[in-house]
Amino acid sequence: MSELTLERGLAAFRAEVDGPVAAFFSSCVHCGICAQACPFYVETGDPKYTPILKLEPLRRVWENDFTLWGRIKGLIGLQQKVTDQMLAEWEELLYDSCTMCGRCSMVCPVGNDLALMIRKSREGMVQSGHAPEGLIAASVRAIQTGSPMGLQWKTLAVQIKHVEDSSGLAVPVDKDGAEYLVLLSSMEVINFPEYLEAITRIFAHAGVSWTLSTDCFEATNAGIQIGNKDVAAELVERVVAAAEKLRVSKVISPECGHAFTAIRWEGPNLIGRSYPFKVFHIIEVLDELRAAGRIQTEGMETDRLSMHDPCNLARKSGVIQQQRNLMNLVAENFVDLKEHGKLQWCCGAGGGVSSNERAEPLKMAAFKHKKAQIEEVNAERMVTMCATCRTQLEEGLEEFNMDIPVVGLTEMIAEHLVEKPRPASPADAQA
Amino acid sequence: MAARNATEKTLGESLRERGVSRRGFLKFCAATASMMALPPSMTSTIAAALEQARRPSVIWLSFQECTGCTESLTRSHAPTVEDLILDVISLDYHHTLQAAAGEAAELARVQAMKAHAGDYLVVVDGSLPGPDSNPGYSTVAGHSNYDMLMETVEHAAAVVAVGSCAAFGGLPHASPNPTGAVSVLDVVKHKPVVNVSGCPPIPMVITGVLAHYLIFGRLPELDAYHRPLAFFGQSIHDRCYRRPFYDKGLFAKSFDDEGARLGWCLYQLGCKGPSTYNACATMRWNDGTSWPVEAGHPCLGCAEPSFWDAGGFYQALSVPTSASGMTVLGAGAAGALVGGAVAALAKRRTKAEEARRQPVTVDELEQKL
Amino acid sequence: MSGSMEFLLWTKGPMFNVAIAIFAIGLLVRIAEIFVLGRERNYAEPRASEWLPGLRTVFTRTVADPGTFKRAPFNVVVGWVWHIGFLIALLLFVPHIKLIESLTGLSWPALPNPIISMVTAVTLVALIATLIHRMTHPVKRRISTIEDYLVWTVVFAVVLTGFLAFNRMINPYPLVLGMHILSAEIMLILLPFTKLTHIFTLFIARWYNGAAFGRKGVQS
Repeated sequence: MSELTLERGLAAFRAEVDGPVAAFFSSCVHCGICAQACPFYVETGDPKYTPILKLEPLRRVWENDFTLWGRIKGLIGLQQKVTDQMLAEWEELLYDSCTMCGRCSMVCPVGNDLALMIRKSREGMVQSGHAPEGLIAASVRAIQTGSPMGLQWKTLAVQIKHVEDSSGLAVPVDKDGAEYLVLLSSMEVINFPEYLEAITRIFAHAGVSWTLSTDCFEATNAGIQIGNKDVAAELVERVVAAAEKLRVSKVISPECGHAFTAIRWEGPNLIGRSYPFKVFHIIEVLDELRAAGRIQTEGMETDRLSMHDPCNLARKSGVIQQQRNLMNLVAENFVDLKEHGKLQWCCGAGGGVSSNERAEPLKMAAFKHKKAQIEEVNAERMVTMCATCRTQLEEGLEEFNMDIPVVGLTEMIAEHLVEKPRPASPADAQA
Repeated sequence: MAARNATEKTLGESLRERGVSRRGFLKFCAATASMMALPPSMTSTIAAALEQARRPSVIWLSFQECTGCTESLTRSHAPTVEDLILDVISLDYHHTLQAAAGEAAELARVQAMKAHAGDYLVVVDGSLPGPDSNPGYSTVAGHSNYDMLMETVEHAAAVVAVGSCAAFGGLPHASPNPTGAVSVLDVVKHKPVVNVSGCPPIPMVITGVLAHYLIFGRLPELDAYHRPLAFFGQSIHDRCYRRPFYDKGLFAKSFDDEGARLGWCLYQLGCKGPSTYNACATMRWNDGTSWPVEAGHPCLGCAEPSFWDAGGFYQALSVPTSASGMTVLGAGAAGALVGGAVAALAKRRTKAEEARRQPVTVDELEQKL
Repeated sequence: MSGSMEFLLWTKGPMFNVAIAIFAIGLLVRIAEIFVLGRERNYAEPRASEWLPGLRTVFTRTVADPGTFKRAPFNVVVGWVWHIGFLIALLLFVPHIKLIESLTGLSWPALPNPIISMVTAVTLVALIATLIHRMTHPVKRRISTIEDYLVWTVVFAVVLTGFLAFNRMINPYPLVLGMHILSAEIMLILLPFTKLTHIFTLFIARWYNGAAFGRKGVQS
């Protein structure tokens, strides 16, 4: 039986080296500024969490195998090799203390995209058998059951029933030719069922044609987090197959950060072709509806609200203004965190950290930066649009005994919809 | 023999014989003191020393040279060459200046060597073909320069190499050095050698070194290139009257621009003053009339070794001597070639790795749980 | 005979050719390595083109964002000071311009020498500060390698000998000028094989960064 070995790991590292990686490592001057962008370093003060240091295995592979100088060094026995022991030591650095939030990529003076290289390094880590158990388990469950949490359609069916009962609206399932295929994350289904009800109500209100798919409801992608193309591609293929089967023209990624990165940006490259449909984050769709005047709201939130930008959505996908437009629609006392948008600080849980039980203490340590940001603006409530961020904010604020509720933006919009007798907006609306 | 008589008299006696006044003599002593950068209070010491000094016998050997150094010497103004030859030294052999010719001339050299063995000075101008090269490139009276030099210095008190050719090989030594020219110091290892470099050297420096020997009975203090520190201790640049322009960043950029007319620094026109050690800027030439930089021409650096091979005279000091844009282009092209090859190799390897890449299976992952 | 002038002429002649050849070959190898590796085709539908955001990042990344400046002011300020100082001395000092002109035919106006001298002194102080920072800041100490110290030494030697030569603080002058030229040549030789490559590759790195973020709709 085949197994994961150092040789396979090194081959995977090598396969990840490309022009940008070569340019990045050629340019690093060891200035250490990336550390100042990393919540794990900033909050622990431990220099081993310096982002560029986390990339040492990939750097060695690049230098040894892809540079003239490295080959010369090899001839005279000066190469620094990557060993199994080294990779074992680096597992914590590449997984437990990095959410691939990409903040370091934004501040590096020579322009190194460190987050990209972390993502690439994880390919080698998986192939060499040095991925954390929590992420392996999630990947196996995702492949075997369709959900990293082992969630099945029947659980979702129960939720759908609840939503239909409470809203009096139908949740379209497997509706061929709908405009939008809506995906969910298991975490939302289990922890934040309000999300499904919220989009059901908003879409009914705006007259959007949409559907869920029994073939594939899961948007999250454990393969992206653990860093393995094979797992990731398999999970993306399921989404693409479901979308193609229902002949939708648009797919909506839920309030989840990495799912959007997985489907929107990595997906086409994982399966090696363009999609016959477009991919949107739910926030993008809502803002488009708002701009088109298809969402009418009433009343405003009056407490002091602030917002956490999920890194995958803002910095890594360019969705920054949309959520602010939506906030301004329903909140009159909204204040941004000091550093937000493309320079926001990560909550500390993304990139697989929250699925990696071992990383729990680090995850909480990294959260302290977010906590300080929240305290700085005296927010009474936090709004966000990623289930992982939301869970981390809730757990973190509770840990520090701060009485600050966290809400999802989609739900908040849904709460302010004008109740109207089934509407001006026509055809597809399922009343 | 005249030479013998002359050297038996003290300098004071010989001057008085020639009707030189006490006043004139002191003037000469003062000039000598200032030339050698001694304090004016030394004038009387010098006068006293010179009064009692006996004129040294000097044998002047001319090898691969252009007679420019001798021409320069004849323009010495304090002391004048007449002073020098007739009063200060006893010039017993010098091709160009002596009246005798042929056998008689050579005889004068041999006689002087015998008469003053261990005391005479040898002055050399011009480089000589080295011991390993064809001696036929330069001979005097059938003797190779090398043989004549070695024979003459054998019993000399000291050797003064006059001019950059004698001191450093000079022009004959310039690449590709067809005659295998060497300097005096290259072959004379067992006698004190003083280099009075320059192409030509400043005449007063030649006479000054001789005067110093006469006054103090020993050679002056020398720098690393055996040049007398009193004259070669400071660079042209450090004593240049145009230095303030350099410091202010005011440069002549061509020989006829505004900067050139205003007398600005000649660095950009190739002046080698910063790296050249000589006394031109302070002693000047032609009776103190002027010197090259004052005349608007950059210093060529003629008093330094290899000045002929040290890059273009009109190229700034910082310009490399041989590299050109073509070198860079050539190396760059080679680099692109090597780089392309190495990188193509690496690329092929990446592709191979990707092709061989084994997909990770759930089974494999489960083994790790 | 081998004295200071022979040393100077060696650095200006044969050694310069050796250095410039190793530099040009090495650097082009490095750059070819990057471009031949290239990038895989990207199938994800872009939000924007890559070129403009890439070019923008090439320039904007020169200035730190306010947050980074606040968290690492020393890094930013001292880094700026010595880089600018080094560039001024390198590019606006008359002898250097003449050298570049002789190789490329390009020339431009210089700054007055005393200003260069002052700037160089500031650069030296800033370089010493960066060394102290590297040896004392926990992050920098942890990630520093022998190469970092070697490169620092060479860069410092270039600036220091330049300062000593300009101010004629070592005699004979050809010796100190030769030392300056030689240290610059050592720097050229090391450049393609050390982090000094960033002088050239940082533009490529920044472009790749800006392009990757740019196509996703973020100006990095």
